[in-house]
Amino acid sequence: MPGHSTRGLQAPLQLHIPEPSARPGEAPDFSGLVILPAGTVARPDVHAPAAALRELPFQLIRVLDDDGHAVGDWNPHLPAETLRAGLRAMMLTRALDERMVRLQRQGKTSFYIKSSGEEAIGVAQAFALQRDDMCFPSYRQQGLLIARDWPIVDLICQIFNNRKDRLKGRQLPILYSCREAGFYSLSGNVGTRFPHAVGWAMASAYSGDTRIAAAWIGDGTSAEGDFHYALTFASVYRAPVILNVVNNQWAISTFQGIAGGDEATFASRAVGYGLPGLRVDGNDFLAVYAATRWAAERARSNGGATLIELYTYRAAAHSTSDDPSKYRPQDEAAHWPLGDPVERLKQHLIGLGAWSEERHAALAETLDEEVRAAVREAESHGTLGTPPADPETMFDDVFEHVPWHLREQRDEMKAEGL
Amino acid sequence: MTAMNMVQALNSAMDVMLERDPTVLIFGEDVGYFGGVFRCTAGLQQKHGKRRVFDAPIAEGGIVAAAIGMGAYGLRPVVEIQFADYILPAFDQLVSEASRLRYRSAGEFWAPITVRAPCGGGIHGGQTHSQSPEAIFTHISGLKTVMPSNPYDAKGLLIAAIEDNDPVVFLEPKRLYNGPFDGHHDRPLQSWSAHPAGEVPDDYYRIELGQAAIVRPGAQVTVLTYGTMVHVCLATVDACGIDAEIIDLRTLFPLDIDTITASLRKTGRCVIAHEASRASGLGAELAAQLQQRCFYSLEAPIERVTGWDTPYPHAFEWQYFPGPGRVERALKRVMEA
Ligand SMILES: Cc1ncc(C[n+]2csc(CCOP(=O)(O)OP(=O)(O)O)c2C)c(N)n1
Ligand SMILES: [Mg+2]
Repeated sequence: MPGHSTRGLQAPLQLHIPEPSARPGEAPDFSGLVILPAGTVARPDVHAPAAALRELPFQLIRVLDDDGHAVGDWNPHLPAETLRAGLRAMMLTRALDERMVRLQRQGKTSFYIKSSGEEAIGVAQAFALQRDDMCFPSYRQQGLLIARDWPIVDLICQIFNNRKDRLKGRQLPILYSCREAGFYSLSGNVGTRFPHAVGWAMASAYSGDTRIAAAWIGDGTSAEGDFHYALTFASVYRAPVILNVVNNQWAISTFQGIAGGDEATFASRAVGYGLPGLRVDGNDFLAVYAATRWAAERARSNGGATLIELYTYRAAAHSTSDDPSKYRPQDEAAHWPLGDPVERLKQHLIGLGAWSEERHAALAETLDEEVRAAVREAESHGTLGTPPADPETMFDDVFEHVPWHLREQRDEMKAEGL
Repeated sequence: MTAMNMVQALNSAMDVMLERDPTVLIFGEDVGYFGGVFRCTAGLQQKHGKRRVFDAPIAEGGIVAAAIGMGAYGLRPVVEIQFADYILPAFDQLVSEASRLRYRSAGEFWAPITVRAPCGGGIHGGQTHSQSPEAIFTHISGLKTVMPSNPYDAKGLLIAAIEDNDPVVFLEPKRLYNGPFDGHHDRPLQSWSAHPAGEVPDDYYRIELGQAAIVRPGAQVTVLTYGTMVHVCLATVDACGIDAEIIDLRTLFPLDIDTITASLRKTGRCVIAHEASRASGLGAELAAQLQQRCFYSLEAPIERVTGWDTPYPHAFEWQYFPGPGRVERALKRVMEA
């Protein structure tokens, strides 16, 4: 009989559950990571067919070597002035993050998410894109807004949900929306905006525009269907979009192996869709910049989408609601073999003779004062708990025009004295 | 008996079922080693092994779909959706698959799955950590929808849900996890240890699905409610001296229609209270059932106290949440009509 059963005669099947290399109480172990020396990955022509690039997603594009020298094909040869501007934006992002977490502890806001250790991603990518390219970020790319010189006081007003909050108290802190800065509205549900970037990019191509789109998703969130919708549409319609997976190793308490990262790299998801996939040292400002530039040039010249995996480490807690010492070794971040993005760019600039420890310390102090001043200004418009906008505004923007039932409910709320 | 909060009671239900039934297994985002972001599965992986309690990818559609496949094989998966707000990527699997598998295969396959999800507001969670999506499930034929309001019920209902051969959406009002929140957000939260329903048997017991509980007998007006609003209504009624009969629906679908109609025939007046927004909410179904079945007993129009028909705004938590003031005024309107 065809396919007759040998059930009971064979060894039993076993369910595989992946495990991270270390848990609390164990020594951090990154020995499994294969990290090629900087400068070893060749930079292909931006018009190379995707089929010729199938090895790239399994390599790791690095420019800054262990001594802080920029080496290899991918070196973007940026002027020192640009590097200093990038360093400043990363440091400002970090200073803002630090201050906001403190204010959350003081009860001035309900929630915050830091981007510690991942600052090169938002910042270097903002530098590699044009100011009017459209970004569809996750909640951990505040560096995009800072690199685009968006006033931090405006961000803090949103974090405080105060009278100057442009989002009218409707959103959780850090779920910004900033159309003027090319920063798409964030939402608490992860992943859903990733395919919007593709739709936006298709619309840009349809309209004969020259702007491209970029989107960010976490390693964990790449398991959502939205990720696959985005890759399929990006591939089929050659959408001018850069699709970034930020692999910071963790999704709250869940390590990247649960999203399938142990079996193949996230960048290699591109191969099955016929897209180029770049895997990049995400803590290397120059490599992130160079890879993003490559993908942007390709997209802008009708070469279609690129998937970029930014290989990094979430150095802080997931959010102010999280305690990572419950699920990973407390000192794991300190063992991350790719270092810290701010420190590495600083060393590089010092090596170029374009920066010094003294200037660095002075800048850190200036930025801290800049953040404090912005906090003072934002506080003058209120913090969480002081009345933000008029509660009646709650009923606006559900629809373009307020329908009868919401007018009724608004009146009911007023009559209730709320 | 042990004093338990709702998190511990849910944990105990899953622990008991893992112990009793080798086909029970648990998975979801962060539920394994870490024990869940609300700690509902804390210690279960350590006790029962990672084969039975494990982390899932961030793919709610995949989580529910895999559970359905396991159910079709013969297991009884209990999956956690980290927040009810994030159940929507699994909506297709729940609506097009879990709810209809038995029907379309004429009983050849079915999905004995339990989908747990913390729901509701009052925690400063903003638009996507505060929603009460029960009515989009009660609308679906083939799904059962449950929402407990205290630790004792939570454990008994969860065990009954796990043992049920049909798919159950089990919504946990997270504002009640640590205490019977009564809507007075400016007062200290009571602890479950001071509440009779915080005394929970350590062993197996069931609370049958489809049975409401009369949590306060009364003669003047029937209050139909569930979840966090049970405690808001209890506190309100205690404070305003109206002799209301408060019914905790517990199972939102199928409804315990007999308990509900018997109460209304007695009181002739009714207030329905839920956190979820109003339009096409569960209150609409309840009101429609009651006017048809009890029309000649009604002495006043049925009132609904609900969340507004807007997304849940972060900064206006307490203008949005249907608190004691709104419940009291609805009760008075119904009494004066
Ligand atoms: C649809 C949905 N499911 C679950 C969650 C809960 N959640 C918030 S962040 C997060 C982890 C995301 O991890 P990753 O994608 O790796 O991004 P990272 O936080 O590391 O930047 C989870 C599970 C959510 N917000 N939305
Ligand atoms: Mg991550």
